[in-house]
Amino acid sequence: MSLATHLPALQVVLPLLSAPLAVLLRHGGVAFVLVTAGAWAAFATAIGLWLQVGQLEQGAFISYPIGSWAPPWGIEYRVDRLTSLVLLLVSGMAALVLTASRASVEREIPRESHYLFYAMFGLCLAGLLGITITADAFNVFVFLEISSLSSYVLIALGRDRRALAAAYRYLIMGTIGATFIVIGIGFLYLMTGTLNLADMAARIGAIESSRPVLAALAFLTVGISLKLALFPLHQWLPNAYTYAPSVVTAFLAATATKVSVYVLIRFYFSVFGESLVFDKLPLPQIMLWLSLFAMFAASFTAIFQDNLKRLFAYSSVGQMGYITLGLSFDSVNGLAASIVHLFNHGIAKGALFLLIGGLVLGIAKPGSAPPTPSFDRLAGLAKRMPLTCLGIVIAGLSLIGVPGTAGFISKWYLILAALESGQPWLVGAVLLSSLLAIAYLWRFVEVAYLRSPAPGHEAGTEAPHSLLIPAWLLVAGTIWFGLDTSLSLGSALEAAGSLVRSGR
Amino acid sequence: MTPETILAVALALPIAGGLGIALAGRVPNLREGVTLSTAVLLFACVVQLLDPVMLGGRPELLLLEPLPGLPIAFRVEPLGLLFALIASGLWIVNSVYSIGYMRGNGEGHQTRFYVCFALSLASAIAIAFAANLLTLFLFYEVLTLITYPLVTHSGTDQARRGGRTYLAVLMGTSVLLLLPAVLGVWFVAGTTDFQSGGILPADMDQGAVMMLLALFLFGTAKAALMPFHRWLPAAMVAPTPVSALLHAVAVVKAGVFTVVKVVVYVFGLDTLAGASDWLIGIAGFTIVAASVVALNADNLKRRLAYSTVSQLSYVVLAAALLAPLSLIGAALHIAAHAFGKITLFFAAGAIYTAAHKTQVSQLDGIGQRMPWTMTAFAIGALSMIGLPPAVGFVSKWYIVSGAVAEAQWFALTVILLSTLLNAGYFLPIIYRAFLRPLSVEAAAHPHGEAPLPMVAALTVTAAGTLALFFFPDVPLALARQMMALP
Amino acid sequence: MIEHFSYIVTVFLMIAGLYIVIARGNLIKKLVGLSIFQTSVYLLYLAPGKLLGGTAPILAPAYGVYSNPLPHVLILTAIVVGVATLALGLALAVRIREVYGTIEEDEILALDHRIEEAEEQGEERRA
Repeated sequence: MSLATHLPALQVVLPLLSAPLAVLLRHGGVAFVLVTAGAWAAFATAIGLWLQVGQLEQGAFISYPIGSWAPPWGIEYRVDRLTSLVLLLVSGMAALVLTASRASVEREIPRESHYLFYAMFGLCLAGLLGITITADAFNVFVFLEISSLSSYVLIALGRDRRALAAAYRYLIMGTIGATFIVIGIGFLYLMTGTLNLADMAARIGAIESSRPVLAALAFLTVGISLKLALFPLHQWLPNAYTYAPSVVTAFLAATATKVSVYVLIRFYFSVFGESLVFDKLPLPQIMLWLSLFAMFAASFTAIFQDNLKRLFAYSSVGQMGYITLGLSFDSVNGLAASIVHLFNHGIAKGALFLLIGGLVLGIAKPGSAPPTPSFDRLAGLAKRMPLTCLGIVIAGLSLIGVPGTAGFISKWYLILAALESGQPWLVGAVLLSSLLAIAYLWRFVEVAYLRSPAPGHEAGTEAPHSLLIPAWLLVAGTIWFGLDTSLSLGSALEAAGSLVRSGR
Repeated sequence: MTPETILAVALALPIAGGLGIALAGRVPNLREGVTLSTAVLLFACVVQLLDPVMLGGRPELLLLEPLPGLPIAFRVEPLGLLFALIASGLWIVNSVYSIGYMRGNGEGHQTRFYVCFALSLASAIAIAFAANLLTLFLFYEVLTLITYPLVTHSGTDQARRGGRTYLAVLMGTSVLLLLPAVLGVWFVAGTTDFQSGGILPADMDQGAVMMLLALFLFGTAKAALMPFHRWLPAAMVAPTPVSALLHAVAVVKAGVFTVVKVVVYVFGLDTLAGASDWLIGIAGFTIVAASVVALNADNLKRRLAYSTVSQLSYVVLAAALLAPLSLIGAALHIAAHAFGKITLFFAAGAIYTAAHKTQVSQLDGIGQRMPWTMTAFAIGALSMIGLPPAVGFVSKWYIVSGAVAEAQWFALTVILLSTLLNAGYFLPIIYRAFLRPLSVEAAAHPHGEAPLPMVAALTVTAAGTLALFFFPDVPLALARQMMALP
Repeated sequence: MIEHFSYIVTVFLMIAGLYIVIARGNLIKKLVGLSIFQTSVYLLYLAPGKLLGGTAPILAPAYGVYSNPLPHVLILTAIVVGVATLALGLALAVRIREVYGTIEEDEILALDHRIEEAEEQGEERRA
């Protein structure tokens, strides 16, 4: 079984290969097949890794030396429970979104650049998978830039001219974030003389209060927070999500910010260690308050958006607040809530933005540019696109955290962690903010189900099956992971148990 | 079939029925056939559970375990069985009635209507058989969501506003109050399974118990305790069959059922002793205040809605008395009010369908033209007031006995006062219908009884209201079993 | 002071670059600032890797003192990334110039604002 031992390398290499091949062949359809096949292969690899990790005992990991250079000198790929869950999420979302993408890309992107679009998609996927799997600090930065640069291009491909401005803005803010990260890594490298994360962690204990290490922590925190759109560093996100092509929004919303959270968890819990991050510095308090601001301010802003894509983009910023809130507790249940919400929210948002892509397709008039999904064009749409609208409602219920959906599981653990931390008022805050989610979801429900269409906007047909089926698989996922949580919650608890000191 | 299998079938049947209705949507007669046969089969299933439970059996079913230690599980116990019997039995009658109503009024979206109806019943049955708080909470929320399309059925601006209030109050309270209550129980007791005698530690701080009880009581807004009662009148924009079965039986009973269940199986009467006095006050206030509002409401459905608010608080009041007798009364009143109020709503719908009248002041002399309907209405009203020979008398008797046994004179006064108020807002309707002459305007628009299915349905429920007075054995036996009395 | 010379230059470049990115409205100037900002990082890595009198790392007894080669390798990668970012940023600036007719950020915002207003008015007219 030589193939099985090389799965960690294949995880990144397969989608990475599909990108240049797609460019060389210069054909939209072929590129679609190639990159989609690459994504599915990556998904299969992720499942394989998942099974391999499942056979290990808790806290153990698979280590893979790239090019057989033994760590800590060579680059190491490392797969543990958490890595494996994030790999599953990223590659699975990519596979489903790519499968669904054909009809939407056909409509939203000029035919001559289809092959480039798919090549960029493949690169972005490879980058995100690379960030997740690598255990080398500089490698994190390199993969981060691979995924970021390709996502700037993907966003800029949107039909609306505002997509260009949004991509430019994201490029500036994203590069500042990435540079902050590389500065932080630089300080760590200067102080420890190693780039391997585990090696770094072992050496940092003795010097953890030294000023360069504190500076490294500060630079990394700000840099990663920019990438994960932590309030108030989220300004790049709403426009980027709104004007990017629908499938790009679906993919990035489901994965990019989530992978950044993963990097943050890695640095906080595995490298710097909790005693520095949570005991000696006021970071948890800062993060708690920023998370609360995100949960309320962003969700509140979402209620008043007229463009459905922008509405859910702001909702994403708010939902990231739940994830960082869970982190700030520094407890097994808190971190488990973050991890499981990262997974659950990724699935729900992927489903939502895919279905919104379907809505855009459905209301587009033949021959003209695809319209913006603003509320006045969605009136009464549920009658003509029942499956799409129902899917949006169900995935939206998961954002609220209605029991029976995946969102409930995350919220339950978040509240449990708040109670454990001795701050019961946070329970009220979490629940109040989920009421805001009801408000913005119900704006859609009332418009789509209870209004009659404005004159001139009566047309609209159900999205093609190629889009509906993957999207509904994700919708079913939001229910499934609300009922059978052995995969999501089980691994989140296990990962949190081995990361947090109180769980070890 | 083992009782466990029957339980599984009872839970799955209405969901399967909903699917069948959706598939048969293009053929209305087949669709209604599916609804009716599902209802009949469901009732038969639930009845099958009666014997095993009476013999002390508690069939269980474990579905899934989404959270460690917190499974989605079902367990049949007497109170739940009583609720399930009422809901499934009245669903049959209500389906017959719906067919008459929906066709008679030419309503649109009928397939959606019947599908949502079947799914609402599915969640009601799941609530009835829930084995722990998490399962109950899950289906409590599902019931809110699945009835929303029924409330906003007509799609008018008024329906949209009503739906907004409905959702805002029900979801707002359940998320902000009920969920923390469930979590609190889990945090304190380490389990949320319903057990006779309660699961909370006996030495729990009195203040904490009171706090938790308040969270539960106000969080269960389906029980319509003031000030969270506004959703119920708002829900009256729905078609009458919805108001009849859901907003007089399934949804509101799910609320008071939750209250009784929590009091008996989560807190336990001993733990609560001394912590529930404030509740008697609030329930008493709701009873009287809602009756006063009903007294001044001219819209018939609105008057019935406020009557429901008041009657639901009887159950809450009875539970708060903490006397075994009054809790038996509470369980009985769930049944009694269900039969009485569904009859009243059926009658209101029949009047609307036949005569297109919605206001009390328009009902002069209508008894001559719709004798069956108005007689049934009178029987329902008797039950609401609590007069023999209607079942409302029996349940009220038990509640009053409990109040006397506990020497709760305030509660007793409230019950007596509200009886007068009930009479005050129901008797004038009967008086107008039978003893006033037809108005000139009404005389110019002749009409007879409503379509046959509707009249048949309301006759059956009115007969049930009377029959339960003479033969209250089954509900009484179940209620006694709940309190572990012989 | 003198032994920290390289750090002072690094920090100066870092702050100057970041300031330009934030303070300038011209898209090209922003990119210039971004490049300066990134360049400071190259220095941050390279300077500590240099040993006075050190040679290239050659495994032979004659060359006992050699500079750490790893930072150079890392920064080679970082430079590639920086060039790619700059190229993409410039390409976006060109595209923005084509569709907006300007590369001043405030003018672009004003144009977008006008579009949004026009969209809203159009919708009102239709309604």
